[in-house]
Amino acid sequence: MPVWLTEHEHAVVAAAADRLIPPYEEHPGGAALGVADYIDGLLSAFEVDPPRIWAGGPFSGRAGGESSFDQFIELSALEELAWRTRIEGSKGMVERERNGAIIGWQQQYREGIAELGRDFLDLAPEEQDARLQQHREFKRLLYVHACEGAYAAPEYGGNRGLTGWTAIQFDGDVQPRGYTDEEVAGRA
Amino acid sequence: MVMECDAVIVGTGPAGATVAEVLTAAGWSVVMLEKGRNHLLSLEAPFGPLGHVSNDELKMHHRHFLGPDPWLEPRTFRREESDGDRIYTGDVNNLPSTVGGGGMHADGKLPRFRENDFHARSERGPMDDAELVDWPVDYDELEPYYAEAERVVGVAGDANANPFAAWRSGPYPMPPGADMFCAVLTSEAATKHGFHPYRAPSGVNSVEYDGRPACNNCGFCAYFGCPIEAKGDPVAPLRHALRTGLCDIRPESYVTDVLLDGTGRKARGVRYLDVNGDAHDVNARHVILGAGAFETPRLLLRSQIGNPDIVGRFLMYHFQTFALGIFPFRLHAHRGRAVTHLHDDPIVPDDLALAAARDAGLPWFRGGIVEHGGASHPISEAIHLPPGLEHTRLMLASPMRDRMAAFTMQGEDMPQATNRIDLDPHVVDAWGIPAGRVTYSSHRHEVECSKHWAPRLEAVLRDAGATHTFWATSPPLPEHAARRRIPNPSPISRHVMGTARMGSDPTTSVCDPWQRLHDVDNVVIADSSVFPTSTGYGPTLTIVALAIRASRALAGLDPLRSIRPSGPAA
Repeated sequence: MPVWLTEHEHAVVAAAADRLIPPYEEHPGGAALGVADYIDGLLSAFEVDPPRIWAGGPFSGRAGGESSFDQFIELSALEELAWRTRIEGSKGMVERERNGAIIGWQQQYREGIAELGRDFLDLAPEEQDARLQQHREFKRLLYVHACEGAYAAPEYGGNRGLTGWTAIQFDGDVQPRGYTDEEVAGRA
Repeated sequence: MVMECDAVIVGTGPAGATVAEVLTAAGWSVVMLEKGRNHLLSLEAPFGPLGHVSNDELKMHHRHFLGPDPWLEPRTFRREESDGDRIYTGDVNNLPSTVGGGGMHADGKLPRFRENDFHARSERGPMDDAELVDWPVDYDELEPYYAEAERVVGVAGDANANPFAAWRSGPYPMPPGADMFCAVLTSEAATKHGFHPYRAPSGVNSVEYDGRPACNNCGFCAYFGCPIEAKGDPVAPLRHALRTGLCDIRPESYVTDVLLDGTGRKARGVRYLDVNGDAHDVNARHVILGAGAFETPRLLLRSQIGNPDIVGRFLMYHFQTFALGIFPFRLHAHRGRAVTHLHDDPIVPDDLALAAARDAGLPWFRGGIVEHGGASHPISEAIHLPPGLEHTRLMLASPMRDRMAAFTMQGEDMPQATNRIDLDPHVVDAWGIPAGRVTYSSHRHEVECSKHWAPRLEAVLRDAGATHTFWATSPPLPEHAARRRIPNPSPISRHVMGTARMGSDPTTSVCDPWQRLHDVDNVVIADSSVFPTSTGYGPTLTIVALAIRASRALAGLDPLRSIRPSGPAA
């Protein structure tokens, strides 16, 4: 169940993510990678405490050590101001508009998804591409977030089952195991 | 609330951390004020790691975990005054704003400068439209401080590997770590081109050192911070300082002013804002500025101290030339310490380079150190690719990451009075304080030098086996900048230098050869603001060496001395 996006919006984001990062041969696309969950997690970052902005450290547990990525790090008051402004927008608040008004990602998604059309899910892939191309700014925002969701650590909600990394032969976080000197110096 | 101490230090990066270690060892009490948060080490004994930094590209590279958040702390940029107030607001040469400062950013390559870097003007002769000068300190005097810096930080290297290296009084404290596959490949090809690649001196442990473990090659190095403390800078000197019980580190403390006494010739301390925005004064016998060559002049300008004709001017970066090669096989440059090999040949120009300089109507060329590296992080790779089927195909084949080798030349920048940092007339940060503004255009020297070296470096990559090569620069060449709109036109270099240059003449410099302000002599600048020239080498080890020298003098300790080994002339 998405938290900030509606079910329909979540489905549109997933479909759009599959056009930006399409499945190819046996490799998953943006939808199967969980990009929509990642984006919903970002838009609802302040629904949880600590907010879902910075995963913890030092280790995820995937390469040894105890897992701590899932214990997100507290923000300072100023950091919260910055991230709330990015996500929620400045909404006329003085402290968020020191250098001008900001339209937040929540509003950009709500309006951007609406502009893709109620029928977006019913369109043929090429028509979905054309619709995305008509809304270039929103397409760019979606693309950057899709890349983050596909290839960031799975604690942020995407990269489902680590398939974002395994598809591209990337090991992701490797502490505390690291690589042996032979793995560094040798031919792949 | 008022605090008293012997010295208050602004900034906890390599400069401030070094000064704190030297002064506390001499029995001084110090207060360190750091604008950013502390993610580095516990401030309670035994000062262990906090475990906040991690192998997390999203957090460390894309979500400003180490700061500064460009929305909270915007900086502005213009190429020249005719651009108007600014052409860009946001991230301009941002280095981490956190306990540890720029040391958290570095992947730890720590070369020394060469002897003749300190005699830039007298050995090379003048360059039109540049204020090239000699340094007020030379290599022979600085050598023992370089040796001490390498010992404190813990540098791994091979003393005999670089034929162009300056003389040394002894070996590196550690042998080099594991060579990266792609760096060995490109080094072999560079050797065939007559260049002299060598194993990079690096502030990354190859063995256990000073209670910190050997690096395990995780590859998350530049801009990450080390989760296992295998990088010595800046955790080593800060921990040493804390252990004396004389060092009080205060994160989230934003220094707004250097405070002067009634004469206006002495500082009595600094004022800072705490996390709640409340102002506090720290009274101190000495004020040390180590906020970096961007923030230090900003503070001097706000406080209206330092030679007003010079402060902020002579801003220098390194002109970065990137030669990139795509290989038909995987190079796995995400394993290892990012850059394990370097070559210095463009710093010691050969006949071809000298001829190219003459053809360009310049008296000489001075390029910079060339780093043998690769690309390593998939989110950055992905964002640079086009969306659509091409995205997935390219991510799987990875020509822009796993099959790419890169040379980065850190070309020497000419000091120009018009290149400067001042205060933006309108843009403010989250504390309401005017943002720093850069006005910067490259000198023709850097541009022509880059154009000469880029194809030569590309040719090396082709001989190493690359099937496609290309090159790019930062800042962009003037003809490229004119052709297309670049979202962030500021140089991406994080090597910022020269904005409070030192010298013997108070009319042409900001601080004296011991890095004290000419006009307020109990204020010492410990960072790369004091560099009179940029050289073609990364600045950090020289920052640390100079900071040891300046702070030992401050504490009344004897100068360090070293003996040049006899043997074949260098």
